[in-house]
Amino acid sequence: MITIRDLNHDRDGKPTLREIDLTLQSGGITALIGPNGAGKSTLLSLIARLIPLQHGQIMVDDLQIGACANDALARRLAILPQTSDAAPLLTVRELVSFGRYPYHKGRPSAEDRERVEAALATFDLAPLAERRLDTLSGGQRQRAQVAMTFAQETDYILLDEPLNNLDIAASRGLMHTLQDLARTHDRTIVIVLHDINYAAAYADQIVAMKDGRITHHGAAREVVTDAMLSEVYGTSARVHRIGDTVVVAV
Amino acid sequence: MYPKRLWWLLALLGLCIALYLGLGARGNWGFVLSFRANKLIALLLVAVSVSTATVLFQTITRNHILTPSVMGFDALYLLTLTVLIFVLGGQTFTQLPEIAQFLVNSLLLMGAALALFGTLLRRGGHDLFRMILTGIIFAGLFRSVSSFLQRVIDPNEFMVLQANAFARFGRVDTPLLTLAALLTGGALIAAWRMRHRLDVLSLGDESAVNLGEDPKRGMFQVLVLVSILVSVSTALVGPMAFLGLLVVSVARQITPVMFHSIMLPSAGLVSAITLVGGQMVLERALRSSTPLVVIVDVLGGLVFLILLLRRKPR
Amino acid sequence: MALALACLLVVLSVASLFVGVIDLSWAALWSDPAALELLVVSRAPRTIAVVISGGALAVSGAIMQMLVRNRFVEPMTAGTGQGAALGILLVTLFAPGASIFVKMVLASLTALAAGAGFLAIVQRLPPTQPLLVALVGLIYGGILGAAVTFIAYQADLLQYVEIWMNGEFSGVLQGRYELLWLVALVAALTYLAADQFAIIGMGRTASINLGLNYGQTMVLGLLAISIVTALTVVTVGLIPFVGLVVPNIVARLAGDNLRRSLPLTAMTGAGLVLLCDILGRLIRYPYEIPVGTVFGVVGALLFLWLLHGPKRHVS
Repeated sequence: MITIRDLNHDRDGKPTLREIDLTLQSGGITALIGPNGAGKSTLLSLIARLIPLQHGQIMVDDLQIGACANDALARRLAILPQTSDAAPLLTVRELVSFGRYPYHKGRPSAEDRERVEAALATFDLAPLAERRLDTLSGGQRQRAQVAMTFAQETDYILLDEPLNNLDIAASRGLMHTLQDLARTHDRTIVIVLHDINYAAAYADQIVAMKDGRITHHGAAREVVTDAMLSEVYGTSARVHRIGDTVVVAV
Repeated sequence: MYPKRLWWLLALLGLCIALYLGLGARGNWGFVLSFRANKLIALLLVAVSVSTATVLFQTITRNHILTPSVMGFDALYLLTLTVLIFVLGGQTFTQLPEIAQFLVNSLLLMGAALALFGTLLRRGGHDLFRMILTGIIFAGLFRSVSSFLQRVIDPNEFMVLQANAFARFGRVDTPLLTLAALLTGGALIAAWRMRHRLDVLSLGDESAVNLGEDPKRGMFQVLVLVSILVSVSTALVGPMAFLGLLVVSVARQITPVMFHSIMLPSAGLVSAITLVGGQMVLERALRSSTPLVVIVDVLGGLVFLILLLRRKPR
Repeated sequence: MALALACLLVVLSVASLFVGVIDLSWAALWSDPAALELLVVSRAPRTIAVVISGGALAVSGAIMQMLVRNRFVEPMTAGTGQGAALGILLVTLFAPGASIFVKMVLASLTALAAGAGFLAIVQRLPPTQPLLVALVGLIYGGILGAAVTFIAYQADLLQYVEIWMNGEFSGVLQGRYELLWLVALVAALTYLAADQFAIIGMGRTASINLGLNYGQTMVLGLLAISIVTALTVVTVGLIPFVGLVVPNIVARLAGDNLRRSLPLTAMTGAGLVLLCDILGRLIRYPYEIPVGTVFGVVGALLFLWLLHGPKRHVS
């Protein structure tokens, strides 16, 4: 469980997050949505201790962000940041192997190697394992990055807009894999998404943000409504129900 | 594949050393060998410290163009030395044992480097050209301030500075060499032990934090090591502007991996081959008196320009 | 603002007349004929030389920034200055008895060639990377400088070269500086073409569109810069950074209208170099610190401030 209490944050002198109080239950996929500048990426970066806390408290299970040991947290929580230009000379296998670093610190054991192979298999990367990153397409590289995050074997996986450079096939593929991770492997996934439809289709819980504050928090069907779209995004798009899912008519 | 190449490089280095020691030697073998051995050790120490400092520096700046010399590190060394003589006075300085002189200056360099480059890298590390430009201006600034202080220093003290500033390969005395060897050895061991952490650090700040590493701590430790290594090489031979860039760029062609367990030895070997082999060719084969450093700097400068112009705009 | 600058310049100039190893006081001027001679032979020529060099270097820097369309370049450090030094070196090597006129012409030619080389390189650089242009300029100048040092080292002329590469005014006497009046003339002429240069600064397309003869104006600008640089190097030596920092400072305060800012640039350049020269004479009195060294420090610090301080457009 991730608990956030009384979080405030300023960036370059401008208020970015205000009075964030949030509890994210373990298990399942939680999507963070909201317009540009709402503070979603900042919130995710703060949880993952990529930026130092200014005011407030964040607990990941029993670990307190800012007070706990860095590598203890690395075995509990992993983040896939928005931009990563990892060294292009790495092969896919080498990149994914880095995900095991918090466990072996440079001396991989047989078990570490097994987990790497498992990660490669889960993400269909086995045929690409020996290829260098700079010979892959954007989508393939993204998959490799996610595989590395998966190999880190953490209870919590945070992703910051991972679908940005992916086409529809790759996007759906990634979201299905994340769903599988949440259901079968019992991970907690927190994902910032730009496209509400993906959030509506795959997320168990949705948190909507605007101007640094949380406006809505609940199941997808409850949150994604005409009223929410108007209030949070300032747009008059209509929400339709198709079977079990809600879909926004863009 | 790459470990094999390292063995080939080692063999090539062995050949260069043998030729350097043996070629064209006439007369008393005992004397010749011990004389050349001293110079050889100096060459090797300089080679390895420059290459290691460059590899480490390129890891924390996350690019393959910046080196400590480009950023003005060795000009800073001369500056701290000048300031030291200026503040202590030439008399007091010469009265210190040579080892103390070296150590005090190295500590001063470390402090200045951490303050200057630590701040600079933390604030603007992603804008590469601004960094390089700043480095070049720094180097020019340090040299101008040194030149300025040299004019202000009493002419007698100035002579002390000249005498002390740099040994050249011809005049390397054993106590300093021993100290240099110890320091370099210590720094190399520390760098080697850091090799896995360095690999993680080169993935980028965010990835490194994600994997449980602390980029700030890493940068601090690397700057300390780089300061030690730059002190050693500059005290032994003076500033070598582009040696680091030249040998590391060549090493990256021979062993195109980012893992430090390969890059550190690879760059060290290439550097040693360049200096020992280059000096051997110049001295023995061509019998020229052109300092090796000039040729290295010209080649390295060209490499620098090519790397700059080839860079894809981000 | 122009008036304030002019007054400041006058004050500094007068101060400069009275600073030096030999004591010179206002009263002595009227009573002691030796004092008057000192003024005429040494102090006044020196002051005039500083004023002209400072102003002309600043102006040539502004012009080059228009030609290259980049704010962080100047002739002294982007190859033109080193090219001039190379010319002088070659004359000294191959025709040591040649007159100063020959030196001047050859230095101008080599400076011109070096400057043209730089412009050619800049054409190939991506315009979206302004700092890259500045960087390449510094490196190009550095390489040329290293070449000059190398040749000088081989020809055992290193000491001479060090003198040219580090500008100073201590050797300026009546009869030894008159070339600088030519520099002043060229710099003044560029003022007449200020509008043309400003248009060049907007780019080739804009220039042609406005009916300007692009190529010809570029050549004239380059020629002016080369002459100013070469003559300054011949007479006084290399003074780095003046042409770079002064136009930038003036632009931040007075905008980009070249016709308006050029006189201000000249006055600021003159004043700044004069200040550094006076400091150089005073700091280690009675020894002199060359203005090239003083400005090496001051100019570098100003450059760093421009690079890292409050943001402004770079190109």
